[in-house]
Formats: sequence, C-alpha cells, structure tokens
Amino acid sequence: MVSASQALAPASRASSVLGTDLSEQSLRRYLNGLPRVDVIGANARAGHFQTRSLKTETKRQGLDLAIRMVDLTTLEGADTPGKVRSLVSHAIHTDPLDHSAPSVAAVCVYGDMHVSKDPSGISVAAVATAFPSGRASMKVKLLDTEDAVAAGADEIDMVIDRGAFLSGRLGEVFDQIVRVKEACKRPDGSYAHLKVILETGELATLDNVRVASQLAILAGADFIKTSTGKVQPAATLPVSVVMLEAVRDWYLATGEFVGYKPAGGIRAAKDALRYLVAVAEIAGEQWLDPHLFRFGASSLLNDLVMQRQKMTTGHYSGPDYVSVD
Amino acid sequence: MSFLDYSPAPESTSILKLQKQYGLFIDGKFQGSRGKSFATISPATEKTITKVVEATSADVDKAVKAARVAYDKVWSRMPGSERAKYLFRIARIIQERSRELAVAETLDNGKPIKETRDFDIPTAAAWFFYYAGWADKLEFATGGATPQSHGVIGQVIPWNFPLMMLAWKVAPALAAGNTVVLKPAETTPLTALLFAEICQEADLPSGVVNIITGAGKTGQALVEHRGIDKVAFTGSTRVGRQIAKSLAGRSTALTLELGGKGANIVFDDAPIDEAIEGIVSGIFFNQGHVCCAGSRLLVQENVHDEVLSKLTRRIETLRLGDPLDKNTDIGAINSKRQLDTITEIANSGEVEGASRWSSSCDIPSKGFWFPPTVFTGVQASHRIAQEEIFGPVLSVLTFRTPAEAIEKANNTPYGLSAGVWTEKASRMLSVVDKLQAGVVWANTFNKFDPTSPFGGYQESGYGREGGVAGLLAYLKTPIRTGGRK
Repeated sequence: MVSASQALAPASRASSVLGTDLSEQSLRRYLNGLPRVDVIGANARAGHFQTRSLKTETKRQGLDLAIRMVDLTTLEGADTPGKVRSLVSHAIHTDPLDHSAPSVAAVCVYGDMHVSKDPSGISVAAVATAFPSGRASMKVKLLDTEDAVAAGADEIDMVIDRGAFLSGRLGEVFDQIVRVKEACKRPDGSYAHLKVILETGELATLDNVRVASQLAILAGADFIKTSTGKVQPAATLPVSVVMLEAVRDWYLATGEFVGYKPAGGIRAAKDALRYLVAVAEIAGEQWLDPHLFRFGASSLLNDLVMQRQKMTTGHYSGPDYVSVD
Repeated sequence: MSFLDYSPAPESTSILKLQKQYGLFIDGKFQGSRGKSFATISPATEKTITKVVEATSADVDKAVKAARVAYDKVWSRMPGSERAKYLFRIARIIQERSRELAVAETLDNGKPIKETRDFDIPTAAAWFFYYAGWADKLEFATGGATPQSHGVIGQVIPWNFPLMMLAWKVAPALAAGNTVVLKPAETTPLTALLFAEICQEADLPSGVVNIITGAGKTGQALVEHRGIDKVAFTGSTRVGRQIAKSLAGRSTALTLELGGKGANIVFDDAPIDEAIEGIVSGIFFNQGHVCCAGSRLLVQENVHDEVLSKLTRRIETLRLGDPLDKNTDIGAINSKRQLDTITEIANSGEVEGASRWSSSCDIPSKGFWFPPTVFTGVQASHRIAQEEIFGPVLSVLTFRTPAEAIEKANNTPYGLSAGVWTEKASRMLSVVDKLQAGVVWANTFNKFDPTSPFGGYQESGYGREGGVAGLLAYLKTPIRTGGRK
C-alpha cells in the first residue's frame, strides 16, 4: 500500500498527473475535464445502499468495524480539559459493560485541548485552519496547524477555503492545502495525517463535491472529509457516493489510497452500517479499515455500542447502560 | 468472512398460503377443468410450488361467455365513478398484500425479492390507482366524443413481469368499461391466481375479470375466439406475428407489445459513473428479461476502455443467488427453455468472433442461472447485436460521431427503447429526436410510470400502454361527426 504522504511532493506529483506545468489554468482545465455527476443517478445509487439487509454475522462484524472507525468528536466552545479527558476514556472503553468492545480510532478536538498521550493506541485528531469557517489569513491557519502538531496531534482536520473555491480560485485552494500539509511536518520528518474538510453543505452541488475532492487529493490530502458538522446538510449518502468514487478513481489511476471521512449527522448504527456498505461496494473492502475510513461523530458511538450489546446479549439495554460522554 | 459476503437475509415465505391445486377463475369463482394439470416450479430450486390447470377450448369458451354476460349486464352499464371504486379497491388490496405478492412473484419467476418488493408490486398498484382515476373521465381522453368500450378483451401476458403486466393490461381495460379474459404465462401463473382472489376480495362483479391458465394452445384458443372484441398481447415477435395473421380479416382490434433490442448510447461527456449504473440496470435488471432492455451498449470509442473497465468492476459486485435473499441483485433465469436460448445465442457470439467476459460469481448447483455477461468487439452483423437475447447478456459496440451512434442505434428491426447519456443538453435533444424508439430515456434507463405511454415501432409492435394513449387503446376510435370541437 502506498500512502499518499510517501508519494511525490504534492506539487510535482500534481503536475505529473496533469501532464503539464501546474498553473491556475491547467488545474482548472484538468478539474473541469472530470466526468460530471448526474444528481438523480447519484441519489438512486445512494438509495440502493439503504436497501441492503445486514444480518447476524455481517451485522456483528459491521458494528465492530464501525466502532473501530469512529473519530469520537467534541467541538464545542464549552469544551474543557475535564470533558476531553472523559471523552478519551469513553473512546478507549467504549462499552462499560464489555471490555472486549473495540476502542475507537481517534478523538477529534480543538487544537488547544491538550490530550495526554495514552498507551491505548487511539489517535488524537485536532481541527485546525480556523475551523469551522476557515476565514482567517494563511499565516493564522498555518500557525494554528503547527501549534496543534507541536502539541502532539496525530491527525489534522483542516477546512478548505470555500469562498476561494466558489469564486473559482482553485489554485489558491490547492496552495493552501499544500502549505497546511507542509505545516503538518514534524521535526523528525514525519507528517501528521491530513484530513481535508470540503464542507459539502456549502459547495451545494455534487459536481462541486467531485471537483473539490479531486483538488484535495491532488494537493496531498490523506483523507477527504465531508463536513465540519457545523453546517447543514453535513454528511449524506449521495455526497458519499461521489467522494468514494473520487478516492476509488484515484486509486485506480495511481495505486495510491486516500481515506474518506463522512462527518456530521450520522447518529444511528443503522446509518453507519449503510455507509460501510457504500464504502465496500463503491471503493472496495480495502477501505474498511480505520486507516482509510472514519466516521466523524459524537452520539453515533453509543448507538453502535447499544446495538452491539443487543447482538451479544440478545436484548436491548438502554441509554443508561452506555456512558454519556 | 469478508464483509461483502453478506450473511443470508432471506425473506420468509410463511406469509404465502397457497392451495395445492388451482382451478380456473371464471365468472367470479375458481372452477375445475377437464384440462390436464401441470406444475409451476421455482426456477431457483426447480421445486414445485403448486399445480395449475391447462384450460381447454371449452374452458376458454366458458370464460369468454362469462365476460360477455358481465359486460352486457353489469360492467358496461355501470357509471364510471362506480367502476373507479372497484379499481381503487383493487389497488389498495394489492398494496395491503404486497409482501405476499412479492414473495409469490419471486418464487414463481426467480427474480430478486428486492425487485418484486420495490418495483413490480408497487408499479402494479400504481397502474390500478392511475386508471381508477380515469374511469369517470373518459370523455376527457376522447376529446369530448362519447367513449365507447370494445367489449370483451382477450389478454395474453408474458412471464417477465407477471403481475405488473397483468396490471398494465387489466387496469386500463376495466377503467374503459371492458371485461377481460386473461391468460398468464405458463411458467408464472401464481400472482395472476392471487389476483383472482383479490378480485373476489374486492367484490368485483362476477365475470368482469376471468383468469385462465395454460400454455400456447390455450392462448391461441383465446385470441382466436370469435367472442373476443380486442386482443392485447405482450410477448415475443414470433407469437405476435401469428396472432396478427390469425386476426387478419376480422374486426377484432389488436395491440402488440413485442421484442426489442434497445440501444444504450454513452457519449464521452456522459456522467460516467451514473451511466455505468444505467448500463447495469439497463441489461441486468430482471436478469435481462425485459423487452425494453438496453441490450446493445453503444459507447463512444474514446471512452470505451474507461467505461468497460468501470463496468466490469461494477458487475463483479452484483450478487447472484437465492432470489428470496434481500441482498440478491441477480436472480434465476425463468425457465430451462429460456436458459437454453440465452446459452445458444451467447455461444454464437463467441463463434462469430466477439470476446466474452462473464462475472466470476458463483453459480448455484440447482436451478437455472446465467452469469452477467458482456461481449466486446461486437459487430453490427453479429447475431448478438441483432437478435433479442432476453437474458443478462450485453453486446458492446462503438461509435465515433453522433450521426454514427444514431445510425447504429436505429439499425434494428425493433424499436422499443433507447437510452442516451450526455451532459450536453443540445446533444441530448438532437439525438433523442432522431432515435426510432417508443421510449427514449435521457441519463437514466428502465424507468416506468403509469402516466407515461410505452410501446414500440416496427417489429416491437403497435399500440401503447400507459398514460392517455394506453387508455385509448381500450376505447373504440371515436368517429367525428363533423363540426368544430
């Protein structure tokens, strides 16, 4: 498996994909040359995943997979060190009644919420670049990122400049991602994993989602992510269809794996399982791995755990048998 | 276990309460017959589901007479608003019994439960709802002329969408004031017999709907019966021709919905991923047992390789197997005979020089199955490009210009359906305009709605089903007596 960050430096890699020097014009020509998306068709494809029926062993497997793929998130102005500590504990011990329940992939917090490194192997993701609006100078965005990386973040969730994207300054968006990626570099030469949030709710059309996905991948994103969770609509299945097609097409063209993270609005285990179906049927089963797929969610975890309890014990428990945070 | 090996999720058959032997539904009652009884089997397991009887010509006569009496004494005299009530009631009962009907259809036909549940049965109900609405508004369809029904209609339907085809035939016929004698296909009589029960449950007056089971001979006796005022047939072009011949010189009206060899045209500016879905549903929906299937893929040469690699990758994710499993995408071929036909024509494709690719899916040991198959390098002269295969077999041809695409798409004795995929609206309109097909889908495929007329050109038949046109097919052509309207 070739991870995106080990490949060529983004700018030179992008020009090799474009087959020409990288310029605003060549970038636009390349992105406009992508196949368009038919909304009705994409919605129908999304509808298909809702009709899959996951039973017994597959359901059990899916619930465990889904728990392992959660980025347990708290992104509130009222977050405190105490709140984050309890989140980390919940992330590790997902089911207070069953210690065989898997831990989640990561906790996702604001960059100033210092999380003590724990031995459990879960990662710390920090949102950066003036999350959620992305409205700040580049200097601030880079500092925001460097600060989080220096504080020990394993993963950075950045937002793209939607204003620049919608006004057609695609090169600017590209440059920003490349520079944030550079800011993810640690003194030892390794990189914090970069997730690029497109905020699809503000991009409005599936064509834009397709273009923004490709742009982020081209600029070196390790993950493409739908939303901040602060804008409605957040993650939807039709948007996921398009973004999963983007990572699949990139893999088929280059052999490189880019991850996908839907975030916001996924609250029920049933919905999470539908996402797993979409991931497996569109991108492929290789993506059913926390390195390549994450759920950005807060309340989803407890529903997954309750459904898992139901599968184990044969009866439903209730919200009092999972921890509130 | 890999995640994609979804655990079995079978729909239960316990909802079905079938009799061991079904008679003929004539004059509101199930009746015995002197005809010999035969089994209807599940093509997925080859197990017998139940037994039905082959109606003799005496039975046909009895059914036609019952329909005539019902027409003369009850149905033609009943106000449209009253007929509408019965049709609405039937539509609602179809909805209420939809799960049972879906299971029955899947068992008898072999198609996946997700299709019967999400398509066949809801569409059948929608057809009754739609034509129920027309029953008291016929003069709006005839442009003010007094609407006149034909009388007794003989209807013969195929095995690919048994209950849906029944609905397409029965709903407009009854709305227009006719009575019917319907013969379902010999391999799929089950839902028609359940429909007979629904007619009883709806208190439909005796004789308005009569259902007689049997094979070709019964069908022939029905369409040639002198008491029939109109024949409506859906099926093969070969049988359609015979019917047209046998009715020649008689005043019996006739509509035929026959075969097809639909072209699905993909331009290089198409929404490719959605086009792949359209190609897949165009030819693999219902195992390709669809008269309007997009069985010829015409793809622009410069995107041929990209489309084919995405297409085969997608086809590999289709799940073939137990039709009752809710995750099954491809079910069983309806009969041994049809499987033999598909196999024979597909083999000719290889002999004539096309390259064959088939999904690597496992094939169950019992039952009739054919893996989703794609032929590339197909020439317009090959049999697989010309003949209707009526199975999950796609023939891929290429074109370079819009004119060539149109020429190749129209180069068929049929003319039932076509699909066009392009994001350029001007190209869409200009190409659609030049395609000789009864229905052309734009950036989609195999979509049906009761308000939309469906039917063919040339050897695909004549007459339309659905919409106002489908209603007019069950009314006599109004004779204008002069004056301005």
